Amino acid sequence: MKSTTRALTQLLLYSALTLLALLFLAPLMIMLIGSLKADARVLVEAGTLSAFLPAEASLQNYADVFRRSDFLRFFLNSVFITGAIVTSGLLVNSLAAYAFARLQWRGRDLLFNLVLALMILPFEAIAVPLFYGVSMLGLRDTYLAQILPFIANAFSIYLFYSFFIGLPKAFEEAARIDGAGTLRIFFTIILPNSKPVFASVAILSFLTWWGSYLWPLMVTIGPSVRPLPVAIAGFFTLPPLLWGDILAFGTMMVAPVLVVFIMFQRWFVRGVAASAIKG
Amino acid sequence: MQASDQTPTALMLAIPALLGLALFILLPFLTALALAFTDLRLGSPLPVELVGLEQFRRIFSDADFLRALANNLLFAAVVVPLQTALALALALLLNQRLRGTVVFRTLFFMPVVFPMSLVAVIWTLIYAPGPNGMMNALLTLLSFGYWEAHDFLRDPVLALPAIMLLSIWQGSGFQMVILLAGLQSIPQELYEGAAMDGAGRRQQLFHITLPQLRNPLIFVMLVTTILAFRLFDQVQIMTRGGPDNATTTVMYETVEAVFTRQQVARACAMAVVFFLLVLAITWLQRRLVRQQREVT
Repeated sequence: MKSTTRALTQLLLYSALTLLALLFLAPLMIMLIGSLKADARVLVEAGTLSAFLPAEASLQNYADVFRRSDFLRFFLNSVFITGAIVTSGLLVNSLAAYAFARLQWRGRDLLFNLVLALMILPFEAIAVPLFYGVSMLGLRDTYLAQILPFIANAFSIYLFYSFFIGLPKAFEEAARIDGAGTLRIFFTIILPNSKPVFASVAILSFLTWWGSYLWPLMVTIGPSVRPLPVAIAGFFTLPPLLWGDILAFGTMMVAPVLVVFIMFQRWFVRGVAASAIKG
Repeated sequence: MQASDQTPTALMLAIPALLGLALFILLPFLTALALAFTDLRLGSPLPVELVGLEQFRRIFSDADFLRALANNLLFAAVVVPLQTALALALALLLNQRLRGTVVFRTLFFMPVVFPMSLVAVIWTLIYAPGPNGMMNALLTLLSFGYWEAHDFLRDPVLALPAIMLLSIWQGSGFQMVILLAGLQSIPQELYEGAAMDGAGRRQQLFHITLPQLRNPLIFVMLVTTILAFRLFDQVQIMTRGGPDNATTTVMYETVEAVFTRQQVARACAMAVVFFLLVLAITWLQRRLVRQQREVT
């Protein structure tokens, strides 16, 4: 009797999970399968189950994307901009966090409180004056304007700080007695013991900047330094409206990230969960 | 270890980050505060003058901006509870002792790695007008044919709910992961003790799980509320604020003020209002969390 109820509960739970999973998966499938269909058929078949059946699949749309847009350029722009923000951000913010967490210096607490206060300032509140400044300096439509303002990040400093403060001090003190300098200690002792926080910060800032839309929309003018999120919006409004091509563009845009996500999904989940430890 | 003054080393380590924060966050923010009290326009030959609270008076008597503010509030009022409830349901389902939960967790989290601009494009196809449109076909099927095809994104009533739905689809996985981590940190002994006292599953949910999950829940709702006020990408791509301002938002109005009318000062005033809203929400969250700490 008891095992029957248990089996029934399990069946119910799995049904609920499967139904929800289908709802979460549907837009992805629509994109993937639509990208393999002839342009005219995507919209016609959208309301039928054929939306999920790739009859007469072809890669023609993918070829068309490369013909009709500078996809590779946009992709490399995105990789370069996001890569530059994430890697320099890891270095700059972790070093600052280490100074706040471990070194004795004048003004430390005051400055740290200021950094914490800056965390609540959302980018949207400063986008306009930042745009004004960038325009005045003639830096619109450059990589620099899309990278430099986002390297230093108060929230990243806070995440690094919370992690460093919890590390045992014994190793550092031993190294210091052996005569190692602060930078040497940071790179040989702190860094190898802090992989989880580096992974979390890297993933969180990657997710933020890879999909960033507002700022590149404001500062880019032509396609030369334009990243993918703005490029797909432009491709979407480029006449004629060819849904197969648009979906192929979208698939190529998200596929590399999906692969990385599925390979490292445990780290993604951990990184996001780590973002909630504040407060 | 001697307590020596490490100021030179510390400054060397911290200066790049501090300089970045000062130049690209603090300075622009103070600039926004200052410009909000002027009449600065981009490319205008007239000298800039101080106008006091004039910009604020103007935006608060501007019907478009008030509509934007109302849309943001409505968006938050609908999306925050719905998305949190969905994320909580997902987290509770995944917290059961079942095989294959990692697969489901991966699927529910997957939309989070989709850039919002791509999500907006895919959902524009889903919302295609006419009976052939996917959402229309689905609703027709579910209502046994009673649903009449709508052009969701050009319908003043349906456009905002349509944008809400895709935002929930994209964002609930993020919240789910945070709530799941919260669920997994609840001490198992609490449940064992409750079970011994004869508490049923429902009682355990309301007397152990939800109270223990209070702080993650407040955090998740705070983040979603702030996201609701930042709403921009979906609107810019799918509706451009229309039809008839049905989907315009504070951020959309701000960007419009700069780009179509070069009104930098006015946009700065909007940004200040936006910041004050975020500040108020954050303050509320801190208070709620602190209260709970005092109780326990």
